Amino acid sequence: MRASLYLHIPFCRQKCSYCDFNSFDSPTIPVREYVSRLLREMAATAERFAPVSVPTVYFGGGTPSLLPTGLLTGLLVSAAQAFELESDAEITLEANPGTVTLESLGAYLDAGVNRLSVGIQSLDDRELAILGRIHTADQGARAIALARSAGFANIGLDLMHSLPGQTLAGWRETLSRAVDLGVEHISAYALSIEDGTPLAAAVDRGDILPVDPDLSAEMFEYTADFLVSAGYEYYEVSNFARPGRRSRHNQVYWQRGSYLGFGAGAHSFLNDRGWGVRWENPPDLAEYAASFGGAEHPLSREDAMAEFFFLGLRMLEGVDLSSFAAEFGEAAENLYADAMESCLAEGVLQRRGDMLALTRRGLLLANRVLARFI
Amino acid sequence: MSPQEPMSIKNIRNFSIIAHIDHGKSTLADRLLEFTGALSSREKQDQFLDKMDLERERGITIKAQTVRLSYTADDGNEYILNLIDTPGHVDFTYEVSRSLAACEGGLLVVDASQGVEAQTLANVYLALDNNLEVFPVLNKIDLPAAEPERVKEEIEEIIGIDAHDAVLASAKEGIGTKDILEEIVRKIPAPSGNPDAQLKALLFDSWYDQYQGVIILVRIFDGTLKKGDKILLMSTNRTYEALKVGVFAPFMREVQSLTAGEVGFVIAGIKEVADAKVGDTVTHSLTHSTKPCSQALAGFKEVKPMVFSGLYPIDTSQYEQLRDALAKLKLNDSSFTYEPETSIALGFGFRCGFLGLLHMEIIQERLEREFNLDLITTAPTVVYRIHKTDGEMIEIESAARMPEPQHIDFIEEPFILAHIHVPNEFVGPVLALCEEKRGVQREIKYLTTTRVMIIYELPLNEIVLDFYDRLKSISKGYASLDYEHLDYRASELIRMNILINGETVDALSLIIHRDKAYFRGRELVSKMKELIPRQMFEVAIQAAIGNKVIARETVKALRKDVLAKCYGGDISRKRKLLEKQKEGKKRMKNVGNVELPQEAFLAILKVEE
Repeated sequence: MRASLYLHIPFCRQKCSYCDFNSFDSPTIPVREYVSRLLREMAATAERFAPVSVPTVYFGGGTPSLLPTGLLTGLLVSAAQAFELESDAEITLEANPGTVTLESLGAYLDAGVNRLSVGIQSLDDRELAILGRIHTADQGARAIALARSAGFANIGLDLMHSLPGQTLAGWRETLSRAVDLGVEHISAYALSIEDGTPLAAAVDRGDILPVDPDLSAEMFEYTADFLVSAGYEYYEVSNFARPGRRSRHNQVYWQRGSYLGFGAGAHSFLNDRGWGVRWENPPDLAEYAASFGGAEHPLSREDAMAEFFFLGLRMLEGVDLSSFAAEFGEAAENLYADAMESCLAEGVLQRRGDMLALTRRGLLLANRVLARFI
Repeated sequence: MSPQEPMSIKNIRNFSIIAHIDHGKSTLADRLLEFTGALSSREKQDQFLDKMDLERERGITIKAQTVRLSYTADDGNEYILNLIDTPGHVDFTYEVSRSLAACEGGLLVVDASQGVEAQTLANVYLALDNNLEVFPVLNKIDLPAAEPERVKEEIEEIIGIDAHDAVLASAKEGIGTKDILEEIVRKIPAPSGNPDAQLKALLFDSWYDQYQGVIILVRIFDGTLKKGDKILLMSTNRTYEALKVGVFAPFMREVQSLTAGEVGFVIAGIKEVADAKVGDTVTHSLTHSTKPCSQALAGFKEVKPMVFSGLYPIDTSQYEQLRDALAKLKLNDSSFTYEPETSIALGFGFRCGFLGLLHMEIIQERLEREFNLDLITTAPTVVYRIHKTDGEMIEIESAARMPEPQHIDFIEEPFILAHIHVPNEFVGPVLALCEEKRGVQREIKYLTTTRVMIIYELPLNEIVLDFYDRLKSISKGYASLDYEHLDYRASELIRMNILINGETVDALSLIIHRDKAYFRGRELVSKMKELIPRQMFEVAIQAAIGNKVIARETVKALRKDVLAKCYGGDISRKRKLLEKQKEGKKRMKNVGNVELPQEAFLAILKVEE
């Protein structure tokens, strides 16, 4: 079996104001216990599915760069023992600029991490404060430079636009400075204000004004134009890469490749049984400590077909209708006649040969388009 | 005494409870049932008399129920107390009047802190008109805000009945229940009537039971109705056999006969409630040994729907289901009507007639809830009389049916007489509202130094739009409204069309007063702009009279709706979001290629002036 690995490190020094991911910022976090649990989960999973050849590994969080380097090394070494890491495996670590040093970065590299994803989010200190980030803009830029001097050849950074109070001019400035940092990969996400976060509470209180949706659309469009002109390939709704430097791991999600997730709340998907099986670990730390592995949810053919579109269409090259027909034994043109015809007519989807893809306008309206395939 | 044996007429008391919504009628009824042992604690269910879920939730009574209680009074005698419940809303005034006609007395239940409300007043007057003996009960006496002395004074001043020895009660706490029962025995007269005379009974309620067919409730005024008798319903002139005769105590119990003064049910193989009209007179048929009575009871009238709206399934494949659901509801509610209607915009649906707005809401809610239908409801309208130039008069209850202006001589609209009961500090705003709604003032009565009765003649079409909500909001909820139908009057009415992306949407057309057209048109399109969500393209909303566009607004095209992140392979979350979006879309009606939410069809109700 071939499957990517995702390791969830749900600890943060301080939870960001917009964050509703599964992460915890209590100072009394039992990091060692958690890692030992992860190790056991990996061993058990490896035993169950062996042999598993692994094209990509991803340490996500939370803040994986908070892990003591020794523990991270231990995790990677164990992963390499339990599974068969492919020789060119992409091994990504998410890093918070406020947590890295030249030494720690060097240690990651030595442990085998070959791709660093740095969450700088903004290059404006006021915006970083609103977001509740633990680092400044300068620290963000310095982290990239440190990673480069430590020897990382493949660095990505995350940015957020549509922030409260942000102007188009401000976003242009941020983007331009980000490009100057010379990274291989840029993810640019629009901030979404999620229920239950401190940011949502601030919006409800009227302390913070969410950005105008039309301005957000302009930022989105500007991002694509600017990064493409700066030599990045626009390959996924929110992701840009230098040629050959796409995130292989994230593409596994969109292309319905198999992945095994480890840690609290981690998700897994295996595409090699029936129409695919998904499961999720308990998100709560104590529950995860008590038992990993959630109930398996086998997909129906309809589920799998819907996923084919709503995941695949996030890729700018689109989905291959001939592989749809091959996988599901029926032409998408018949099964999704209404959705396809209306979207093509409305100019939100385009077709080139067997490839069906979102248009630029369709990209911004992706939810509306994708919902028609559910 | 065996239940089969008729009790002496002297020991019967037929009464109803008159109360404003929320003043505790249902709870009080529950206490009476418990106290007399009609309901064991095992069977106890709050608000026993309000059977439908909807009634229980809204705390109102839609269909009247009736219960027979046995009570041994302090005088040592056993009495039969028939509690005849009445519906509690302005839409059902006629039903209330018939229920009251079956009684000799009534308990006037007034909240000891809130005092007399307009609705209560209307029903008290109905009761007094029916010569009922009415005595007051002050409820919720246990609450700190209770002011029994003030409320007693108010009752005497406003209603003009003696309240000095009003029963003080708390139905919730079970205070005063026995006192009430004693007062019923002492104050309410026993019925009169001759058990040997020709049968004369009032049909005061009927409903459809899926196992037994139509069940009718009757009050026998004269004669005796036995199981097996051939009976005649005088308004329809149809005869039936009384297959079962009985009482609710509170559960159905058969008896051999019902005799003068008694109240009970009859099951007679009647197929539809429409054949068992409330207010009708039941007597023996010609073939029976005793002759039918010669004169029907007074007061019978056909109840006609006054408010109309279109009901359309959002999903056109639900049309058949909607039709079946309407047929089922109609079995039990002859006062509502429906007929197929076709809208260019909405497809196949039904034009439904209701007694009033509450009745309309109840039917809609039941359709959605009990039958799982997703519906679009068009704005309520009334019946207009169009006098055409060729001399013909047609009645229309939908703007879409209005003839071209050149064929119209003049139009008449229905007027009502509204009684608005309001604390004096809100008199100004209420008068302003009535004037704005084209009202004609009849009278302003100071009932007490602080309570005012404002009487206005108002066009019903203004009432069915937003009058009641506005009245409630300008009076901070204190005003209450009761109305009766007056007459038809000629008015300067015109049809206003709403165009969505250049196409007239027939289901949005309105009939409104000429003087208000421009203002309403502007307000309506701007309200619709707020209610129609942004779509993938621009949506133009226009109001037009004939070919003339009088207002226009644009809903800008939606530019961005994209989920940024899908973290760590968590597909389910993304899928849920898309499913939610799809679910939201299902609640919208596609008109052309524009998705309109239900609220857009009722936008006219939200237009503030």
